[in-house]
Amino acid sequence: MADIAAVRPASRMSFGGWSSQLVLWGSLALALMIAPQVFSSSAAVSLLSQLGTLVIFCLSYNMLLGEGGMYSFGHAAYSGLGAYFAIHAMNMAAHGKFYIPVWLIPLVGGIAGMVFGILFGYLTTRKAGTAFAMITLGVVELVHASSEMFPGFFGGEGGVETNRNYGTGFFGMTFGPQIRVYYLIVAWLLLSAIAMYALTRTPLGRITNAVRDNPERAQFVGYDPKTVRFFTLVLSAFFAGISGGLQAINMELITSESVSSLRSADAMIFTFIGGAQAFFGPIVGVIIGGFLSFKLSDYTQAWQLYLGVFFILIVMYAPGGVSGILLSNWRVIRAGLFGRVAGRWSAVVCAGAMIALAGAALVELSYGFVFGSEKGAVVNYVRALDKSMQGVIWGTAILIFAGGIFLLQRLIPPFKEAWNDVSSRVHLMNSGDGA
Amino acid sequence: MEYTLINLLNGLSYGLLLFMLSAGLTLIFSMMGVINFAHASFYMLGAYFAYSISIRFGFWPALVVAPLIVGVIGAAIERYGLRTVHRHGHLAELLFTFGVAFITVEVVQVIWGRQTLPYGVPMQLDGPLFTLFNTNFPIYRVFMMGVSLFMLLSISLMLKRTRIGLVIQAALTHPDSVEALGHNVPRLFMLVFGGGAALAGLAGVIGGAAFVTEPGMAAAVGSIIFVVVVVGGLGSLLGALLASLLIGIVQTFAVSLDYSLLSVLAKFGTRLGPDSPGYSVLKISISEVAPILPYLFLVVILIVRPRGLLGTRET
Repeated sequence: MADIAAVRPASRMSFGGWSSQLVLWGSLALALMIAPQVFSSSAAVSLLSQLGTLVIFCLSYNMLLGEGGMYSFGHAAYSGLGAYFAIHAMNMAAHGKFYIPVWLIPLVGGIAGMVFGILFGYLTTRKAGTAFAMITLGVVELVHASSEMFPGFFGGEGGVETNRNYGTGFFGMTFGPQIRVYYLIVAWLLLSAIAMYALTRTPLGRITNAVRDNPERAQFVGYDPKTVRFFTLVLSAFFAGISGGLQAINMELITSESVSSLRSADAMIFTFIGGAQAFFGPIVGVIIGGFLSFKLSDYTQAWQLYLGVFFILIVMYAPGGVSGILLSNWRVIRAGLFGRVAGRWSAVVCAGAMIALAGAALVELSYGFVFGSEKGAVVNYVRALDKSMQGVIWGTAILIFAGGIFLLQRLIPPFKEAWNDVSSRVHLMNSGDGA
Repeated sequence: MEYTLINLLNGLSYGLLLFMLSAGLTLIFSMMGVINFAHASFYMLGAYFAYSISIRFGFWPALVVAPLIVGVIGAAIERYGLRTVHRHGHLAELLFTFGVAFITVEVVQVIWGRQTLPYGVPMQLDGPLFTLFNTNFPIYRVFMMGVSLFMLLSISLMLKRTRIGLVIQAALTHPDSVEALGHNVPRLFMLVFGGGAALAGLAGVIGGAAFVTEPGMAAAVGSIIFVVVVVGGLGSLLGALLASLLIGIVQTFAVSLDYSLLSVLAKFGTRLGPDSPGYSVLKISISEVAPILPYLFLVVILIVRPRGLLGTRET
């Protein structure tokens, strides 16, 4: 079976020796440090903080999806329960029941996530593949449904609130201001990301890959696939719990939505869009998905449709995700062969852009006409025009859309041919190096 | 007695509706190995199409035409979407159907709006059929049960007695040999997928009128039908019937029972105040537990009998 995650081991996609590793991690850290200086408005900093917690969440999800080939639909159970335990710990600490500084709270979330990982993982990891997917969905629904049963713990409709500004902080620095919370998230993000990356290099990480690619063989060598899946899930639940704890600090409010199947679906969609095969894929996915769901939603009501269509296109035509597309292009460029495909490449991209733009115009027009939109000034303008002008606008959009599809169908086969040729050359060059 | 009988009948009709929904899912799974996350979306589409048709032509044409439309849509999704993804493996197919479900909710809202549609029980089927002791039992519930039983009968007859049914069964286990014998297996897959979608659409026509027709209706049943399919045993039609009846009846009874552990303890003369340990757990009544029962059921089945009630294989 040609599993999408199995096309190439994740760690092989990475970037050579120690020095380039160092450069990569260094630039990630630097980018995270500088980001709030560039986007310094308070809205931007809180968005960045939210994206930071999401990155940990999706990286931990990718331990299952990319590394282990386990399609979980219930990952929010761990991050959400971690968040709940973290927020209760904060409230208890604030009331002096015991002492735990704010910056260690994510650890509480992580441990809670891990405990539930052990509990649920024992059930879910007995199976793999589609059955695993369905059972994880059942587990998260179980947790979500019980949130109504225990309003004391889950806080009912309103959720549980807290105040992160208690105690003496980190060497006298309290976490009232958003920017400090952001740097706390960055610190935990770097720590967890490095730990998760290191994990892919351990024997357990390698065996997880083996179980993903061929469980039967892994079993034959003497590793029980169930046990391997179980350990991977428990560790992944730990990191998911950390992201939940950070979320509790960042939002100061946790509602039952954080243990829902919707939140779990976010992890899956973002991770897959970014690319499950590369370790850094989820980060790319969070940037794109976060932009679509937090930023684009300010401008259009149709953002969920765009997210869904984008997801389906990735599933159908680029199972390596956006990072897969970027990496394969980068390899071709580095090999100096991009010139061979440049013409066809740009033609395909142009046709794609035609479809995307005209498609977006059509979607916006129909959303505007159905729901009426305070956001869509253009749509209101179009609606004020007389009937024949409206027809012209709709007609043009449809025409461009159809034309784009027609062109793409013509352009794809020669492009594919050229691209495959170039890819095999790159492959030959790489294996020729003995790398 | 009255209470038990009425609840039993209500549970039966709800369970049979669940079966109508999960029958298509389990058929598609057993044949193609695809878990169709968009299955509940077909249920929703069925209800919406039925509404649009019934306000123009009445309920009976809708009962026939709406499932057909949904079936055609399902077949088209298989032909132009799933088949492309097939080469990436089963899990990619699963993600694809998940994306389809995600988009369908949006598309439905663009076409029909976000509000709940006034799609109700047709006049001929409105009202009580018989009175049991003092409670009226509605005609529509009986109609629901009749349609699902009819459906069960026709599917099993089709699979066991007709030529195409036999070919489908053969393609289940030996797709290559069936193809070598000259049957078009991909087209068979398309037919099964479309057929499964049509069954979900039929459930939508009937369930939408009985319950509610709104954009959240797919998500409301989506997880339950997965529970049904796993509990019954992946790929087993009879298992799905058993599981859906079980879940339907248990849930209907649970919703109407107001006992909690606290009230049981009180019967034995133990009265506990809000301060006693475990009070928040003890005071939960059975009706409050009802929403999680199907999922608990799933967990218990997985521990005790991982292949499901009537399943033959462990996946």
